[in-house]
Amino acid sequence: MSKFGLITKGLIKENPTFVLVLGMCPTLATTTSAMNGLEMGLATMFVLILSNIVISLIAPAVPDKVHIPVYIVVIATFVTVLQLLMQAYVPDVYATLGLFIPLIVVNCIVLGRAEAFANKNSVADSALDGIGIGLGFTLSLTVIGLVREILGSGSAFGFKFMAGDGILAFVMAPGAFLVLGYLMVLFNKLAKK
Amino acid sequence: MAAQSSFRNMVVCLTLTCLLCASILGVVYAVTLNPIRGASQKALESALSLVLPPEGEISTEALNVEFEGRNYEYYVQTVDGEPSAWAVKSEVNGFGGPLTVLVGVKRGGVVNATKVLSHSETPGLGAKCQSDEHFIGQFNGFDTCTSKLLVRKDGGDVDAITASTITSRAYTLAVSNAVEVVGVVITGTVSDREAEKIGQTASLSDTLPAEAKDQTVSASNAAPAEAKGLATNNDGGQDNE
Repeated sequence: MSKFGLITKGLIKENPTFVLVLGMCPTLATTTSAMNGLEMGLATMFVLILSNIVISLIAPAVPDKVHIPVYIVVIATFVTVLQLLMQAYVPDVYATLGLFIPLIVVNCIVLGRAEAFANKNSVADSALDGIGIGLGFTLSLTVIGLVREILGSGSAFGFKFMAGDGILAFVMAPGAFLVLGYLMVLFNKLAKK
Repeated sequence: MAAQSSFRNMVVCLTLTCLLCASILGVVYAVTLNPIRGASQKALESALSLVLPPEGEISTEALNVEFEGRNYEYYVQTVDGEPSAWAVKSEVNGFGGPLTVLVGVKRGGVVNATKVLSHSETPGLGAKCQSDEHFIGQFNGFDTCTSKLLVRKDGGDVDAITASTITSRAYTLAVSNAVEVVGVVITGTVSDREAEKIGQTASLSDTLPAEAKDQTVSASNAAPAEAKGLATNNDGGQDNE
């Protein structure tokens, strides 16, 4: 597969949210606005790229029976690093995402890419895979967040274009499922063509 | 691909991984320790300057006071060495969890301004308590001697946020607790706070016209009792937010 293809496959063919349907917990919970979705996507992408690089480096030396604990320790380390950095330099973002940053450790996308890709491919390819899947995840979360924000709060990326409230249900959990479902249908219909 | 597993290489591999990761974390922790402290200090300072009047000096150390069996942190603002205003960190149960509000109170039970420090209210509903300008604005300069710190539904003078009555109630309760805490701080007595509150109001109402006096005293008597009823109401949690 070409280097370029490694990035684009994460956007469409192997889109983590709409095609692989992984990492649903942060997808549903943090997409109350486009900005939140974008921030969560970028945070996950940061961990994904670094963990893919490190895991592809250490994979040949890791004994088979302990590879999952080792990968999880690596992932958890990067998540904690991210958490400390966010707390120190972007405390406002950390305040909104809060609980969901530590939960990146158990995000299926990160461990899934380590298992399915990083441990049998070169460092460069794994980094590109991390970028591609990370971009796909970020883009999906931003789109879901944007749709929910437009319908639910009458604003986009925090800019209000409509007076008063939107359809409040879209900001809450049921709206998350509805938007995700319809976007998944739409995405797969368009992607098949 | 992966190496053949044996007891020895599994132990070595796991130990090395953990040691390496722990040392990386140690370094990052040490590097970010001061920025994290600085960030939370800065957040507190900006919140304090927001809820307190612009003039005077604000104490940097948090003081503690006991009120109704709970500990409250507060900060004092002094003008020429005389305490002029207080900022109380007031925590109550909101709809989704604890709601912490920093409340600035001036002498005489007048609320200066309020700011949400942390909350877990529903986005788009209760979370508006930190962005709804009308809701937050009505607490600025709220005089507890002439108006009642209760939402209109409960017979007070606070407009609730649409579809978020419980959050509005909790916020209002946080503010009214803070005002009472300041009363305790001023008088320095805990047990006699009821009497003190009336005393405080009475001395203040000397300046008010005679007919307003009666209303003032009766209003401040009624408020704590209703506030308690309110607290049990919140725990029921069957209401819409």
